[in-house]
Amino acid sequence: MAPLDKKADDDKFMDNPFVIPPLECGASLDTDTFKAYPEHNEALGFPGELLDNWKEVAIAKMGELAKRNRAFQVYLDTCVKCGACTDKCQYFLGTADPKNMPVARQDLLRSVYRRYYTFAGKYFPWLVGARDLTKEVLDEWYTYYHQCSQCRRCSVACPYGIDTAEISMAAREILDSVGVGQKYCNEIIAKLKKTGNNLGLNPKALAATLEDLEEDLEDETGVAVKIPLDVKGADILLITPSADFFAEPHIDGLLGYAKVFHSAGVSWTLSSYASEAANFGMFIGSYENMREVSWRIRQAAKDLGVKRIIFGECGHAWRVAYSFLNTLAGPFDFLDQNYPIPQHILEFTLDEIESGRLKIDKSRNDEFVMTYHDSCNVARGSAMGDKEGGQFDVPRAVIKAVCNNFHDMERDTIRENTFCCGGGGGLLTDDLMDLRIKGAKPRMTALKQVSDNHGVNKMAAICAICKTQFAKVMPKYGFEMDTIMSVHQLVANAVILDGQESDEAEEPTAEETP
Amino acid sequence: MISTVYAVLFYVATVLLIVGTGMKVLKYARTPILLKIPVSPAPRTKRGVVLRMLREVLFFESLFKSNKWIWIFAYLFHYGMALVLLRHLRYFTDPVWWWVALIQPFGILAGFAMFAGLGGLMARRIFQPRIRYISNPSDYLMLALLMLIVFSGYSMKFLAHTDIIALKAYMLGLMRFQIGDLPTTLPLLVHLASVATLMIIFPISKLMHAPGLFFAPSRTMVDNARDKRFVSKWARNLPPLPEGIPTSEEG
Repeated sequence: MAPLDKKADDDKFMDNPFVIPPLECGASLDTDTFKAYPEHNEALGFPGELLDNWKEVAIAKMGELAKRNRAFQVYLDTCVKCGACTDKCQYFLGTADPKNMPVARQDLLRSVYRRYYTFAGKYFPWLVGARDLTKEVLDEWYTYYHQCSQCRRCSVACPYGIDTAEISMAAREILDSVGVGQKYCNEIIAKLKKTGNNLGLNPKALAATLEDLEEDLEDETGVAVKIPLDVKGADILLITPSADFFAEPHIDGLLGYAKVFHSAGVSWTLSSYASEAANFGMFIGSYENMREVSWRIRQAAKDLGVKRIIFGECGHAWRVAYSFLNTLAGPFDFLDQNYPIPQHILEFTLDEIESGRLKIDKSRNDEFVMTYHDSCNVARGSAMGDKEGGQFDVPRAVIKAVCNNFHDMERDTIRENTFCCGGGGGLLTDDLMDLRIKGAKPRMTALKQVSDNHGVNKMAAICAICKTQFAKVMPKYGFEMDTIMSVHQLVANAVILDGQESDEAEEPTAEETP
Repeated sequence: MISTVYAVLFYVATVLLIVGTGMKVLKYARTPILLKIPVSPAPRTKRGVVLRMLREVLFFESLFKSNKWIWIFAYLFHYGMALVLLRHLRYFTDPVWWWVALIQPFGILAGFAMFAGLGGLMARRIFQPRIRYISNPSDYLMLALLMLIVFSGYSMKFLAHTDIIALKAYMLGLMRFQIGDLPTTLPLLVHLASVATLMIIFPISKLMHAPGLFFAPSRTMVDNARDKRFVSKWARNLPPLPEGIPTSEEG
């Protein structure tokens, strides 16, 4: 295979993924994301429009959050401004705006906290950089807290573990509480509360979509692989991002899950009521909204009477699932305790591969030279398997089991140091396209390195946001949009279903093509 | 007169340091953690978390991985200071503990390491544009105060010799609430005043990073969310959500 970036324009890239740009104050100040309409804010329990007494409400909310959330309180107090995080954010590396340095981003809020809640800030504001909350400050919060994907790369670098994601979530919660919401996130959460998924897809349309996909699968394989919906009494409830029903390359991942379940011979189902793995409640830092969205999964699992819950490929959803679901919607005493609750589809697939139950023909992926993008929320906010670091090793083990050619990108751009794709944390919206392209720069540079050095021509990911972001942004860097693949797309390519090749007699019309 | 002023200063500083820091720590400890937010890969056991924190405290592991220059300066400064502090125990113990006597010469050297570390951190703050951008006056002053403490300390040894015997008698007296005579050489007065200042601002400044480190959920939490249900104090009071699927919502 030829290297993938024939058309790539070299000056779009960095010399290496860590080149620190000279500071350009205000470089990203004009980056703006649409504000939510009143009905979206209200659907989430927030005021529709900017309150008259927004200042008092915002300051009070800040104090309330500090009382409620130890992370927020401690992180506001303990930063020593050492600067270790300053070169870690992909948005800073991409935009050069100093306010996108993690500590500077935190300080947008910390400076106000100090003014109203600390001795030094109340009496010596000039000394500690404390400032009054003004409309300009509020606008600045909106601008720069929507240039953070809450990916936690900076937290890994911090000697005190300060997590900018926690500050960013709190900032958005404060903004929401005075009536300034972001359209992208709030509209989607409102939609989910109505229909069960981010796309606003009703059960009938979902059923029709799944039937189409079943037909495609049968045409391809000659085997009747089912994608069941709302089947009561099924063993496994699959919760997957709704992008898996529509977007490319997400769909190919969904087909992969279906083939794996089919081969494993388990009974499984999707739910129309909880037809979404994504939980944007996390992005806006709203415990209550995140809990409500999570709760649907519990309701669906109980209603369908399933024994297990498995999550499809989605980054932040897996963080919510792995780290928060038990808290938000547990206890799951009604599920089979012999399996992890919840389980990741990759954990399931790796079990099937290792037990030898899945028939694999690796050569079917021989045209691909793969690399793997660790999604930020999976890498730094969750885990897989039972060993520390399983979230890095399980996906790689699956890829290597179904594919002969694999090369990792530079060490400090993967695993716990992975860059965000540039579209995470509620930034995956067209009005932030410029920021998304810039934020993807370090990752695109790391990809180009392995492409140049090892002939890598595809990158796999296990996150719906990463996949959408890369499909959109890669062409700007000269890569084909299908350079990004689902991990289960590779699995789907390599799996040989029972009856797929040998049982021509049963399905004479469907000669499969590899 | 000066003896009394400094006695009062040290009593006040000590009380503010202990009570202030204690109150802050208590506040941190009482503030609920909302969710399981260890930054992964994180240990799956408590023992693992203890080891993780030990690596952070003893080696500044995360800082080592993220920035070697800051790590070198911070390490020199903190470990230099630790030795210097231990060395100073000789002014508060009679007879001097054997191991405190043993480290005296190292304590002297450590002061230089401490000063070098502070100088490096200060230079970065002044000359590195990213760090200059995030610095407030207090960030420079904090370093300057610590440098003043080291400088005035060394002045007593190398510039204007101070009657250490008398100082020790004064300090031992303070510990028994007896105010003796403090030698009034300028370096000593500067040294003691700046140390007292540091003690006073400790609980209301970024120096709280020292105890705060142990309350950062991103580092101190065990990664076992799937095995053990975690619910914060705060969340226990939330109104329950309905168990069944409301029929009106479907479709």
